[in-house]
Amino acid sequence: MEIYLLLIFMIVAAVAALEIKDLISSVIALSAVGLSLSLAFLVLKAPNLAITQLVVELLCLILLIHATIKKDLPLVKDGRWLFNTVSTLAFVAVFLVFIYFALKELPVFGMPIMRVSGEYLDKGFSLTGAANIVTAVALKFRGLDSLGETVVIFVSAIGVLAVMRKVGKIR
Amino acid sequence: MTLIVKTITRLTIGIIFIYGIYITLQGHLGPGGGFAGGVIVALSFIHILLAFGKDVGMRKLTQKKVLFLMSLGAVVFLAAAVFNFTMRHNQEAYTLHAEKFRIFSSLFMPIYDIAVCFMIGTGLYAIFLALALFTAENKE
Repeated sequence: MEIYLLLIFMIVAAVAALEIKDLISSVIALSAVGLSLSLAFLVLKAPNLAITQLVVELLCLILLIHATIKKDLPLVKDGRWLFNTVSTLAFVAVFLVFIYFALKELPVFGMPIMRVSGEYLDKGFSLTGAANIVTAVALKFRGLDSLGETVVIFVSAIGVLAVMRKVGKIR
Repeated sequence: MTLIVKTITRLTIGIIFIYGIYITLQGHLGPGGGFAGGVIVALSFIHILLAFGKDVGMRKLTQKKVLFLMSLGAVVFLAAAVFNFTMRHNQEAYTLHAEKFRIFSSLFMPIYDIAVCFMIGTGLYAIFLALALFTAENKE
């Protein structure tokens, strides 16, 4: 029940974020989507994800407000409305057809297939010594995944520092 | 920022930082982990940067230190991962077999978590630092 309320709220907030004219109000509406996503993770009994989503959402909120404050970006609205509408409808149709066939293959919501995860639950503590199986899976059984995602942050930070450096910049 | 913001920041900044470290260190026992803890640590430094201005923030953690800590985290993560990969056939020798829910129940999980915390925390702080410096430079 709570999950459906949260989903409806998220859809309303996402539409509001798209439609609001003011940029800061749009950012606030966007972060409302993220914070209710964190609540949805909590309702679905995934506290690890909920904590991560919460703190990342706060950081994104600060970054976006810092980037958009006192800045009025030009908003292009006229021209090519026919092409825009037709392409949007076409993409929505393709998405719906694709998701109709894709969702038939998925297991029922809340009924995971325990083929691999059962093994993790059995051997998780004895192999890693971590009582939190989520961390054990994320850092041990799927360690290469974690390495990749931290390297993404690493490379993006290095890239931002390289682009926005002071030394050796050509004016 | 105003005096109210500065005073509140001075009072809460240590608590936020220590909470980030706590979330990192208990990542293998309960909800949390290196990613979330790193982001909280980065948020505590961003707090300083927002409240006291970029000069004070830069004095606390300079760009050189940020780069060093970020690279240190990456190297430690990679070294632990390579060591673990070469020793993959006798995994159970590297768990400490202590009680569940004790902080020293695992050998490698805290190391991974701390390395991820270093990388994520300093990386996100570096991105924010570059953004703050860039906007300050544009205003001049």
